[in-house]
Amino acid sequence: MARHPLATGGPGVSLPGQTISWLADGNNWRGVNGILDLTVDHLEVTGLSMLIAAAVALPLGIGIGHRRRGGRVITVVANAGRAIPPLALIIILASEPSFGVNTRTAVAALSVFAIPPMLINAFTGVRNVDVDALDAARGLGMNGPQLLARVEIPLALPLLATGVRIALLQTFATATIASFAGTRTLGTIIQINQATNQEQAVLAGALVIAIEALLLDVVLAWIQGAVKPGPRTRRRWGEGRPALDSVVAVSVSEAA
Amino acid sequence: MTDAMIRLEQVTKRYHDTVAVNELDLAVNPGELCMLIGPSGSGKTTTMRMINRLIEPSSGRIFLDGDDVTHVDPVQLRRRIGYVIQQVGLFPHLTIGDNVGTVPRLLGWDRARIRARTKELLELVGLDPDVYLRRYPAELSGGQRQRAGVARALAADPPVLLMDEPFGAIDPITRERLQGEFLRLQHDLHKTVVFVTHDIDEAVRLGDRIAVLAEGGRLEQYDTPAKILGSPATGFVADFVGADRGLRRLTVTAVDRADVETPPVVHVADAVADARQVMDGAGAKWAVVVDGEEHLRGWIGRDRADGEGTVGDRAHRMEAWVPLGATLKQAFSEMLQHDAGWVAVLDGERFVGVLTPESLHTALRRSVDDEAGVAVEESPLRQ
Repeated sequence: MARHPLATGGPGVSLPGQTISWLADGNNWRGVNGILDLTVDHLEVTGLSMLIAAAVALPLGIGIGHRRRGGRVITVVANAGRAIPPLALIIILASEPSFGVNTRTAVAALSVFAIPPMLINAFTGVRNVDVDALDAARGLGMNGPQLLARVEIPLALPLLATGVRIALLQTFATATIASFAGTRTLGTIIQINQATNQEQAVLAGALVIAIEALLLDVVLAWIQGAVKPGPRTRRRWGEGRPALDSVVAVSVSEAA
Repeated sequence: MTDAMIRLEQVTKRYHDTVAVNELDLAVNPGELCMLIGPSGSGKTTTMRMINRLIEPSSGRIFLDGDDVTHVDPVQLRRRIGYVIQQVGLFPHLTIGDNVGTVPRLLGWDRARIRARTKELLELVGLDPDVYLRRYPAELSGGQRQRAGVARALAADPPVLLMDEPFGAIDPITRERLQGEFLRLQHDLHKTVVFVTHDIDEAVRLGDRIAVLAEGGRLEQYDTPAKILGSPATGFVADFVGADRGLRRLTVTAVDRADVETPPVVHVADAVADARQVMDGAGAKWAVVVDGEEHLRGWIGRDRADGEGTVGDRAHRMEAWVPLGATLKQAFSEMLQHDAGWVAVLDGERFVGVLTPESLHTALRRSVDDEAGVAVEESPLRQ
């Protein structure tokens, strides 16, 4: 029976101390299963899943929002997607012979989970575009595609971007357990070391994932702020910045 | 009426069981400002939106400059028609310049032409391009946004403008200014305008003709403001224009040469004694003073017409005057503003006569009788 990875009472040095020395060891960063290498794999799996999910969710959400019908379908699909536990779907897919234990299975499962936030936000963003702006646009002689490209999508962009950001963060986090489907991600650190009872390494792996997720959110928030349309001078502090940012800001300043 | 710019023939719009517009016939001539007015549910907005096919009629035909609009591509049709709505509907993510340039961009104009046209239009509606071109809608006041909306509608110089309560959501003082500016604009541009409003004062002030619609989109009367006010065709119209329609008539009735009274007139150079004789002869308490070219120089009172000297020495300045063709309302407000018992009427600089409260009343009655062709039982002024 393996000990719980976070159980205390290791020999000699305390667990936090061991974790820090594990992280300080350059050998844990380099090499095939090093943090840097796995981060690249992790980002690849995340990115690929996001691309597939976005290719499905964004056109669908925007299209249904443009037609202003079928909102209920969106809600049902999205809620169903949220109700399934990610680990359960990964295991189900992996046990299905046509998928098996491989990267494809991991990407398929992650894509499924990335769809709902993007689908809902794309739909809501387009659906909630100011009716007067739409009426004016039609009255001035815009056809359907022009309406989408010049009015609906630009005005839906803030919500759309939020949807992508939520999906991306969630996919990045969930990619950790995708290692169970046999693909290499940062979760691999946890998986390998849990099997060998290296609890300091398990904790270090978890920390690396958490910190990288927070950094990713900071980058996304910055991008989101930079591409926001409209008057710059009127942007108030706090817009487009979730509570998470301030948490990151604190932890970064403490680390410094 | 084959030369009408906009013509509706037996146009009906049904929604399930309810009739929004019922067999409407309406023709708007080129350069004419047609006001559609009626209570909620009278189908005035529906009627307007059928002209650019934002709403498709259930039956009937609509012609724009001779073309049946149901046979043309609605998108192309709308680019020939300016469109202004109450909420303006400026695109919040675009600058005022880009908003105004929307239709030219859709039409594929080159950038330099769009830029020049945008600047020209902003100046036309009284928004300094140097200040507003790069502003966003959220940075403008309601009145400024509405000006930008009008500029956007005029961008590709469409012959026809559709306006749905464009000044309805604006404070009364700004609204009145925008109405005045719009009238001046229309005076220069001669667009064919269909203008939806629920405000009878706005309809009377702006409209060349007013179409009064009742519930269910039934046309009650389509006529000039003076006739709508002076001889409402139905009880509905009379109720709608209100009991104070007599007062509203003041704003549409012009001062005519036939309305003015001619009080005793004396010359600046006349001796005071001669002037006194003229007034006494006419039994008047005052006389108008003019110079050799019959320009108004003031007035002289009987009580000051004593002793030696010329009329010029004793004359008072006369500030209450209106030009011939001004409205009776202007004459009235001049009278009230200067606390005068009468106002002078001038043709250019030449003195024509005066208006007193009595002659104003007579003028009002005359205009009602002329237009209506019937006697009015009660004086509109006392209603």
